[in-house]
Amino acid sequence: MTNLGTRNLKAASLWAFIVLIFVLVPVLSTSSYQVNLACHVLIWSLFAVSFNMLWGITGMLSLGQALYYGLGAYSVGLMVDHLGRQWYLPAMGLGLLAAAALALLLGLLVIRVGGVYFTMLTLAFAQLGWQITFKWYDFTGGDDGIQGIIPPGILESGTVYYYFVLAVVMLSIWILKRMAFSPFGLVLRCVQQNPDRVRFLGRRVRRNQLRVYVISSLFSALAGSLMAGVDGSIHTDMLFWTTSGEVILMSVLGGINQFFGPFVGATVIILIEDLVGAHTEYWSLIIGIIIMVIVLVFPKGVVGEAMRAKSLLAKTGEGR
Amino acid sequence: MDVSFLLTQFISGLTMATLLFLVASGLTLIFGVGNVFNFAHGSFYMLGAYFGYQFVSVWSTNFWIALLLSGVCVGLFGMLAEFAFLRRIYGRANEGGFQILLTYAFILIIDDLVKLTWGAEYKSLPRPTGFGGAIQLGDLFIPAYNLLIIAIGVIVVVAAWWILSHTRPGQVARAAAVDREIVSVLGVNVPMTMTLVFGIATALGGMAGALAAPLRTVTPGAGIEVIIDSLIVVVLGGMGNFWGAWFGALLIGEVNAFAVAVVPQWATLFSFLVMVVVLIFKPEGLFAARKVRKV
Repeated sequence: MTNLGTRNLKAASLWAFIVLIFVLVPVLSTSSYQVNLACHVLIWSLFAVSFNMLWGITGMLSLGQALYYGLGAYSVGLMVDHLGRQWYLPAMGLGLLAAAALALLLGLLVIRVGGVYFTMLTLAFAQLGWQITFKWYDFTGGDDGIQGIIPPGILESGTVYYYFVLAVVMLSIWILKRMAFSPFGLVLRCVQQNPDRVRFLGRRVRRNQLRVYVISSLFSALAGSLMAGVDGSIHTDMLFWTTSGEVILMSVLGGINQFFGPFVGATVIILIEDLVGAHTEYWSLIIGIIIMVIVLVFPKGVVGEAMRAKSLLAKTGEGR
Repeated sequence: MDVSFLLTQFISGLTMATLLFLVASGLTLIFGVGNVFNFAHGSFYMLGAYFGYQFVSVWSTNFWIALLLSGVCVGLFGMLAEFAFLRRIYGRANEGGFQILLTYAFILIIDDLVKLTWGAEYKSLPRPTGFGGAIQLGDLFIPAYNLLIIAIGVIVVVAAWWILSHTRPGQVARAAAVDREIVSVLGVNVPMTMTLVFGIATALGGMAGALAAPLRTVTPGAGIEVIIDSLIVVVLGGMGNFWGAWFGALLIGEVNAFAVAVVPQWATLFSFLVMVVVLIFKPEGLFAARKVRKV
């Protein structure tokens, strides 16, 4: 039995180690390409961890988080494009506000329906958002997307922007972790296990579901708004349903019942995508097969299976 | 707006409603009997369209035989998917989530298999002989093929209703929907029934795809469009309600047909608007059966 103190210390040192690696990336890397890749890993990790607040912790499988991710990105892109670079940071803030408002509005509609229909309605609304972005050419640039989104001031430097992303992502994940292990997080876990009992104990299930839906959407939008400045361009694909699918894949691959599972999943997927050549023509076939194997053979994901292996090893050790 | 315009749009809406209903009824059937949400149902529809193309345009099979064969092929695919994969996750904790994931994987795989087999470019299918033209009613021209689809839709619906309510397999399926355990105790092979139901439902979707192919172009990615439309239909009607799905299909078909005629660019928004309004006032759908809540 490990006591709580050493376990906290262990977790903290692992945490510090991960942050250290990310801090060192620009120092050790030989090209700006690697920094850019690390940036993608960080942002997708934030997106995946915030998505997993909904699914892994509360049991609400949303297939529409791309809507908020895209909203965050397009808030920045559109304001920089129409009003100028100095609007970059205010646009991030406004994007978050817009995402929270939209999540509140749509959440009121979709949470009441529940279950599988929650998943499908989130998908439907996200596709609606994609269609509007796609067809409203005069305003959003439609299929051309938006190019030339350059962060203002010192953030223009790739390295500085990378550290900005690192700081925001780490802070956000820390906040999300605090939430996941707070009494609020406990209620959310209970909602997944047995909503009727939670209701019986006097907690409002829907109100808590709505809260976590808004929070998750807010951080998804933050991830999107960070992404706007990384490659300097955004595209309607960010809102397409496959983006929501990719974030699900990251979560299952890493393990949905572990807080850091999606982080690991995002890292693995981004690196694989990079290796396979970003977008081979048959990427979705590969994703489909990976998902099937995980669902049928390793439903706990990488981190979950690793934890199980570890506890099995510990047990055989005790037996000796 | 004159009467002939209204009537033309009405017929076109009815055509779309029929196709939507064929897809949505399969979805409802699987959900009602097995409590499985087949997110890939639209992909089976798309597969039907491609089989139709293969039989008619490549192998020049007779249209009617091709229609049947497309349904059979897609149905076999559906049975395979249920038997080899979906069956393994029944009863697992958080089954709903895994169902969606697994059927989501089907969508991705079917999409790419279709691209590998038929290429990414658009395909088209001719209308069957004798149904290429229009029927004249006064000064009104109604495409004969649209009337044909509506007629086939009516036949299929009546047949499905009759099978479900008047034959033994139909009764078994309905009983399995209510209580699987009791039905299996009575000596019915429930897993087998489920595979069969999956086959019939996907065959309905596949036939709808082949039927729709001469009207719309056949393209990869059509699956996701159809699944969203039929989902809206199912939600409108009240989940798992056969006649509710019919009414939902009718509503969405007509709304779409008139929206396309009036504001073509934003037509797709209207079915969502209808859904939002219904969700605000009746989140359980228009015809939902009263639910028994277990605590």
